[in-house]
Amino acid sequence: MGIYGVYIVSKSGGLIFNYDYNVPKIETEQAFSYPLDLKLLLENNRLLVSFGQRDTIKVGHVLLAINGIPVSGRKLEDGKDALDMLDDATNYPLNLKFGRPKMTVNEKIFLASMFYPLFAIASQLSPKPRSSGIETLEADTFKLQCFQTLTGVKFMVIADPTHTGLEQLLKKIYELYTDFALKNPFYSLEMPIRCELFDTNLQSLLEQADKTNININNCK
Amino acid sequence: MTIYNIYIFDRLGTLLYYMEWNRQKQSGMSKEEEAKLMYGMLFSIKSFVSKISPHDPKQGLLCYKTNKYALHYYESLTGIKFILNTDISVKNVRDLLQQLYKDIFVEYVVKNTECEMGQPIVSELFQNKLDQFIKQQQKILQ
Repeated sequence: MGIYGVYIVSKSGGLIFNYDYNVPKIETEQAFSYPLDLKLLLENNRLLVSFGQRDTIKVGHVLLAINGIPVSGRKLEDGKDALDMLDDATNYPLNLKFGRPKMTVNEKIFLASMFYPLFAIASQLSPKPRSSGIETLEADTFKLQCFQTLTGVKFMVIADPTHTGLEQLLKKIYELYTDFALKNPFYSLEMPIRCELFDTNLQSLLEQADKTNININNCK
Repeated sequence: MTIYNIYIFDRLGTLLYYMEWNRQKQSGMSKEEEAKLMYGMLFSIKSFVSKISPHDPKQGLLCYKTNKYALHYYESLTGIKFILNTDISVKNVRDLLQQLYKDIFVEYVVKNTECEMGQPIVSELFQNKLDQFIKQQQKILQ
């Protein structure tokens, strides 16, 4: 429920601000016996579940820990190789922790710059003249609302599909941006925003938006 | 309340069928190029959605809207993709696309031995039925 995150993308497509509001943590820990009924695959230096989906472990989840020891890449924190450990029958039963991969900062920058051409192509492929780019993108698990200012800065908010009033929220975030980022003498344009006042004000705005939305939904 | 155009792609990205009704702006490139651009965009959006989604996605992308049109997306489990561009005020297009898949595509393409898989659809019967179906929907939507 509620708002998941806010992204600000500069005119040239770079991510200049990102704030995770309340991203849910999806993790499960279970004991497994030999042989493992999941198929794991090493991709992007992470061990992904590629086959063998069940209630709580989904395809695309990554291996986070073995017997409580965190896994990074294919190596355990104590230097052992995770795949070798899983292949060895004498190690079982093993306690494995799986979860949805968390986005790294690099991935966020990558996704932000990916949205930029999608936005442009959407307006080019329009069947009607003078169309804007993507304003709302809906998926089954979230809704992305995008607001582009006249100067080309894009404000994006990711929220629950049932969330309403996101356009007003984005306009308010724009207001905060002009007040606290642009008027900050230490802030240079097109550079990542690091302004404490902006952060605190944004946080209270999001909290407020979340609360009022819950009230609206309860009244219905 | 208008339906502009429809694209049908197979799982490899071949344009199986394209039809337009009230399209007011052409993209200024050939149909083949446009189809490639469309497929590429959707492919990227799909990967974008699966990465940025806070929960595990099931169907992934449903639709996107600009200030002038809405693009609705439906993908069957076999990877056949239906893309329908409509007015932004049209609702429940997902049911319509599902119905289109079930009642038109499966009936007149999959069950038609003349239609080769992975090839553009040339069946006149399918084209007529699809046209009829969309025109009928447009009347209901009005």
